[in-house]
Amino acid sequence: MEALVAIALGLLTAAGIYLMLRLRTFPVIVGLTLLSYAVNVFIFAVGRLVTNAPPIYVDATTPYTDPLPQALVLTAIVISFGMTAVIVMMALGSFLEAGHDKVEMTDDTAGESK
Amino acid sequence: MMGHWIISPIVLPAMMGAFIVLFMRHDLVLQRIFSLAATAILVLITGSLLVSASHNPPEIYLLGNWPAPFGIVLMLDRLSAMMVFLTALLAVLVQLYAIGTNWDARGRHFHALFQFQLMGIGGAFLTGDAFNLFVFFEVLLIASYGLMIHGGGKDRLRAGVQYIAFNLVGSSLFLIALASIYSVTGTLNIADLAVKAQVLPEGDSALFRVAAIMLMLVFAIKGALVPLQFWLPGTYANAPGPVAALFAVMTKIGAYAMIRFGVMVLPPTTPATGTMIADLLLPTAIVTLAVGAIGVLGASTLGRLAAFAAIASMGTAFLAISAFTPASTAAALYYMVHSTFAGAALFLIVDLVTERRANDGLRRALPPIAQSGLIAGLFMASAIATAGMPPLSGFLGKLLVMDALRDQAALVWTVILVSSFLIVLGFARAGSVVFWKAHGSAPLEPPSHDRQTLGFVSVFALLGMLVIMTVFAGPIMNWLEQTAAHLHDPAAYIAANKLPEVK
Repeated sequence: MEALVAIALGLLTAAGIYLMLRLRTFPVIVGLTLLSYAVNVFIFAVGRLVTNAPPIYVDATTPYTDPLPQALVLTAIVISFGMTAVIVMMALGSFLEAGHDKVEMTDDTAGESK
Repeated sequence: MMGHWIISPIVLPAMMGAFIVLFMRHDLVLQRIFSLAATAILVLITGSLLVSASHNPPEIYLLGNWPAPFGIVLMLDRLSAMMVFLTALLAVLVQLYAIGTNWDARGRHFHALFQFQLMGIGGAFLTGDAFNLFVFFEVLLIASYGLMIHGGGKDRLRAGVQYIAFNLVGSSLFLIALASIYSVTGTLNIADLAVKAQVLPEGDSALFRVAAIMLMLVFAIKGALVPLQFWLPGTYANAPGPVAALFAVMTKIGAYAMIRFGVMVLPPTTPATGTMIADLLLPTAIVTLAVGAIGVLGASTLGRLAAFAAIASMGTAFLAISAFTPASTAAALYYMVHSTFAGAALFLIVDLVTERRANDGLRRALPPIAQSGLIAGLFMASAIATAGMPPLSGFLGKLLVMDALRDQAALVWTVILVSSFLIVLGFARAGSVVFWKAHGSAPLEPPSHDRQTLGFVSVFALLGMLVIMTVFAGPIMNWLEQTAAHLHDPAAYIAANKLPEVK
């Protein structure tokens, strides 16, 4: 199972980084989303992967899974979800204002036309 | 002892922000009164926190009354008290400026977002838990996204998208770093980390080193260290003037976190990380300072000039941090406080000029602006402060940094002195284009403009802070030296957490 999770994480991260380096806003946002999925799975995995064990510590001999990363990942999911919503709205706004969704800014357009 | 007051710098802005959105969203006058009153109260509260923290050992605040390291804790020590006080002081002046120049009327929800921004910054300074630090980073970022595009406009929105994208990557990196640290140490409480990092089993040290570097990368993004500074010029140059001035404290959050983790949790004596952080920080800080200075010299607009000056000041601050001695940490803190006020004043003055000139390009001279003489004088004063010339506190700050870095005098002194010279040149060029050459093409009467008295009061008050820092440099440095000593010997900070004995 460790290998499966690791491969999935690697694929998600690689795809996310590739998309993030594109020059259009939409792929960049999709890339950021994929990266945040990868991060969430990673946080989940740092509590060590255990199957069929409750997230409750009884004593040292009973198997249990660490509950704290699960709490952390919940927070991280909520935050990344909110942030994605913000960037989608902002990208839409800038697309409607500028008429295109290119990421890069040139020096001439920044500043002089303010 | 402050008890429940410790959480008030977070609760007060949070409640006030929500209150403004819910009950007075259509009435700007009410918004101004309540928001300004809340920020003024915040100054008083944080001021008393500062007094309490300088007379007492670090104090803990247990959220939900769960003991550390299991619950999330807030920590009030000298450094965090100083930073929240600095934030509140800056915020009240910036808010006066926004009201005086009607910036807050150019879009909706300025005051609500401003309060949420203060909540995030206050939380980031006060928290004693690394994951909670991430949460407050996100709070202050999401408010800053709203503030950054306040007033709208094509360039501002596009710069905003870049700013968010950059910070989302930073947040992902932060989470990866925190998760790796948790997987190694099993804790995210800062005091507990400071204990456990010293006694890490040898087998875990490689993973811990990677995690530490990723954590420092995140703080480097926040503090705009080269090569992670790309978000700053576009963001600061395109943000509304008062917002850019408030953002002057945001880069300091990166420096604050770097001090908190680099000095307290992972000092160069840590077996797992050793001097790795210091070794990497010194060259990057030097390059940051150089890039900032060259950027000031070559800036095409006034906004970018101020932004690159901010990068250069962060370079100087990180240069001081990179030595990791008590003297250098104290110098770094002094310089950080100075550059917060100096940077904010500069951004406000740039905004005054840009509003009157209707163009902030530096390529050609334009007719003189209204109130040209007064604004030119203020620009001169802020240029002196930013470049680090006597008699203002920038000079003392750079002197302290250079004194603390005596060991590497040949390299560091050269870089600081040459970059200061470049910054002086850059400001002289900008000032002469904007204020002197303007008279060559002078019409008979400069265009009239609102006097904006309140805006000028705010700028004068910010410059007044620099004068205070210069006149009282001795007592302030004494206080900062004690603060730095506490950071380098965090026994009291750790003891305040009452961690359970390790079996």
